[in-house]
Amino acid sequence: MNHAAQVIPQAADYIRLLPEIVLSIFGMVIMLLDPLMDERRSQRILGAVALAGSLAALAATLFQAQYPGLGFWNMIQVDAFSVFFHFLVAAVAAVVILTSYEYMEVQEIRAGEYYGLILFGAVGMSLMSSAVELVLIFIALEISSISTYVLAGFRRRAAISSEASVKYFLLGSFATAFFLYGVALMFGATGSTSIKDIGNVLRSGQIPALAYVGVALMFVGLGFKVAAAPFHIWTPDVYEGAPSPVVGFMSTAPKAAVFAVLLRLMFEANAPGRIWLIWVVAALSMTIGNLGALVQDNVKRLLAYSSIAHAGYLLIAFAALPNNGIPAAMFYTAAYAAMNVGAFAVVSHFASAGERYVTLEDYSGLGSRSPLLAAILTIFLLSLIGIPITGGFFAKFYVFSAALQANLVGLVIIGVINSAVAAYYYLRVIVVIYMREPREDVPVSPIPAGLGVALAISVVATIYLGVLPGRVLEYAGKTAAEWTR
Amino acid sequence: MNSTLDSWILTLVTFIPLAGGILLIMFPRRDRDIRLFALVVSLLDFVLSLHLPTHFQHAQAGFQYEVNRLWIANPNIHYHMGADGISMWLVVLTTFLTPLCVLISWKSIHERVKEFFILLLILETALIGVFISLDLFLFYFFWEATLIPMALLIGIYGHGRRVYAAIKFFLYTMIASMFMLAAILWLYAKTGTFDFTAIQTAISSGQVENFAAAAPWLFLGFFVAFAVKVPLFPFHTWLPDAHVEAPTAGSVLLAGVLLKMGTYGMLRFNLGLFPEQSRSNAPWIMVLGLIGIIYGALVAMVQPNMKKLIAYSSISHLGFVVLGIFSFTPLGLDGATFVMLAHGVSTGALFMLAGIIYERRHTYEISDFGGLATPMPVYATFFSFIVLSSVGLPLLNGFVGEFLVLSGAFRARAIYGILGATGVIWSACYLLWMYQRVFFGKVKHEVNATLPDLSGREQAALWPPAVTALVMGVVPLLWLNAIDPAVQSVLAPFTQLASKVVGR
Repeated sequence: MNHAAQVIPQAADYIRLLPEIVLSIFGMVIMLLDPLMDERRSQRILGAVALAGSLAALAATLFQAQYPGLGFWNMIQVDAFSVFFHFLVAAVAAVVILTSYEYMEVQEIRAGEYYGLILFGAVGMSLMSSAVELVLIFIALEISSISTYVLAGFRRRAAISSEASVKYFLLGSFATAFFLYGVALMFGATGSTSIKDIGNVLRSGQIPALAYVGVALMFVGLGFKVAAAPFHIWTPDVYEGAPSPVVGFMSTAPKAAVFAVLLRLMFEANAPGRIWLIWVVAALSMTIGNLGALVQDNVKRLLAYSSIAHAGYLLIAFAALPNNGIPAAMFYTAAYAAMNVGAFAVVSHFASAGERYVTLEDYSGLGSRSPLLAAILTIFLLSLIGIPITGGFFAKFYVFSAALQANLVGLVIIGVINSAVAAYYYLRVIVVIYMREPREDVPVSPIPAGLGVALAISVVATIYLGVLPGRVLEYAGKTAAEWTR
Repeated sequence: MNSTLDSWILTLVTFIPLAGGILLIMFPRRDRDIRLFALVVSLLDFVLSLHLPTHFQHAQAGFQYEVNRLWIANPNIHYHMGADGISMWLVVLTTFLTPLCVLISWKSIHERVKEFFILLLILETALIGVFISLDLFLFYFFWEATLIPMALLIGIYGHGRRVYAAIKFFLYTMIASMFMLAAILWLYAKTGTFDFTAIQTAISSGQVENFAAAAPWLFLGFFVAFAVKVPLFPFHTWLPDAHVEAPTAGSVLLAGVLLKMGTYGMLRFNLGLFPEQSRSNAPWIMVLGLIGIIYGALVAMVQPNMKKLIAYSSISHLGFVVLGIFSFTPLGLDGATFVMLAHGVSTGALFMLAGIIYERRHTYEISDFGGLATPMPVYATFFSFIVLSSVGLPLLNGFVGEFLVLSGAFRARAIYGILGATGVIWSACYLLWMYQRVFFGKVKHEVNATLPDLSGREQAALWPPAVTALVMGVVPLLWLNAIDPAVQSVLAPFTQLASKVVGR
């Protein structure tokens, strides 16, 4: 630590941690209020507090964006990159909280810890994107993971949900252990845990063999968190069992945060051997995810496999050159967050009490029974396919063109073939929605206000990224410029 | 001349249907108002699109009514639209057929009427956009955008096996266009632009690195996407299914306009960007075109289903277009473009006629009819007129195009012309034979004896294509005047190519 002399944190340090501080305070307020309140009334009030917390975090992020720089003895860094992911995480948290509003009531789940855990999870995820020191990254990863382990088991009465939680926890602990082991080896190889210093050592010439092992182990741990094949086995079971809004949350926000860590590791630390590592994992994830999704009849499992495939597409960007790869990957996380959180919002509304209606069969004729809900879900599905004027299209587009510019033609071909295969199973859902006879025994309740706002935000974001992707990409591009300077 | 209108006209023509569709979303579900509104919007669009041919500068080469604005800075995507003689007339064909589709769907669509007309109008926007986009990205965008409304039209409003047909249609075209996207991305990666003319100059001046090695693959990438759409012989199996299951309006737009996206694409992009590869690949492509002509006709001959027969006849006619395009002669290309338009008018009308009888009898089987001329004389007259125009009777529209294509093909290689010419005979066989079985003789089935003849609305939908077929046959120059300069500029690199070869 070359700043050992400075012992007391300055005001600037706190500003650089402001969103995390805000989220933690709101989370603690929720935990304190929870036992004081009547169980039935607490749902709404605590939800409102949580929503206020996530919006305050958004505001804090925007405020923080004006004070870029390092803080807390060079352990966190506020730059365009961290602001981008802070914003994303807080926005996803807000949308998920809006979705949960109705869900909590229908499923009769106690709200206090739930909203608190979402905010604490968001603290970890935000910190992951601004941490530039491996040990802090590990701590942030744990904060985020532990919150999601608990959230996955929140449908206490359903055995399948507890199974999801335990499975996620056990496998997830292994994965974090791998990551920690990788950190240790990296420290042994380079003598530092600071990403910047590691990058300087690795760029300076001789790369120790230990560094390769360290990168590989860290990649295993992170690959598990983003559900990349071959570390994806847990995904379908956990997604099927966990409460739908939580799946919407954990398939987007923590993933985005882990991708942020991966970006720092791969590009800022200049991890050796990344191209082949990623080549294989990306190709495997796309193929396994899409082939697996082809045969699913449960919508949540289908979206689980689809998320494996999307992790694969996204990883393609990591094999590209930093100038195109970084913005492409960042854009992809944003577009994927918008469409997936929205899709799960629809799923969690439609599932009704006890998550009864989650098979493809149940969606029959939704198009004529609830045209609005069907149209919204269709937009998300089209975006997941990658049809123009949706964010999903440009996301794929940027990733593929970044890969082409790095001459990764083989990977692009695999990706293109995969997106063609993927069209089939998303289309199956659309076909069931519009072209089957409506099922009268499946109730479709009207869209409540909170969910309506959540869906509106997701739709607008998906379309915005599909029509005017320029500004987001430009913002993401600043990072590449900063890192390669 | 009004220059503000000139720079806005393409945008207006393209997006008025979409705006109409969005307005329709807010309409209350009163079916009559919805139909009327859709008709008004599509007619308005047609009238506006007539501005294009009336103000077209025949003497001026290149694209007209251009708009070129930056849409997205990275990647470098421009909102670049423009029309030459070929695309202009295809736009007018689209706007011409859409109001007729509205009319013909007036009664036959009675459930989810609102969604139907919204989809129809969105489809119109996407189709027009395909023909006038001069930015490859914009083109791809519209190209894919046609897919969803069309698949939904087939899948929701179609007949028996509609879901199967819709999915087959979607997957076939979607997978094929992925190859085109890959080729477009490659071009962008190497040139840094999506602009059609910019890429064209970059390629012809040899500024694209690695182009020689990649060009055959790029050519194929574009070609596969277009060949599936046309559809060219081995890729055609989606078409009969899609046609048979589609609602009438879907069939009209599918045969009338959607298929032309493929041939237009070949003309504009395969020939425009890869002249050398076009020339070296022409022999087998022309053979595929010939197979399409003859195979399509033979299969049409044995179809028991009226709509399937018309569908296969489309494969045959589109074979002519491909033959004409890859003959690289001005006559052939003029003819190919003219066949596209003529086929749009007459096959569109044939599908409307088939739809009219389906509304009355709920069957397309030829054997369910016979002697229809007695109860429905007006219908029979329209049908015979359209059949004759489709067969290629001189003085009607089918003749001009096929004649030009065949003379072009003769010039390229005599045997192509000879084989192609048999197609004209085949088409006379299957269409007239079908006509005879449906209309002549005594009324075979009791139910058919009391069928009502055409209503005023149905006649209103059939008069325009009938009159157009006649006008196109008598004064083809009205169309060819604008088409020919465009064709000449498409062919310019080929004449240079030829002189290069001779110069050696």
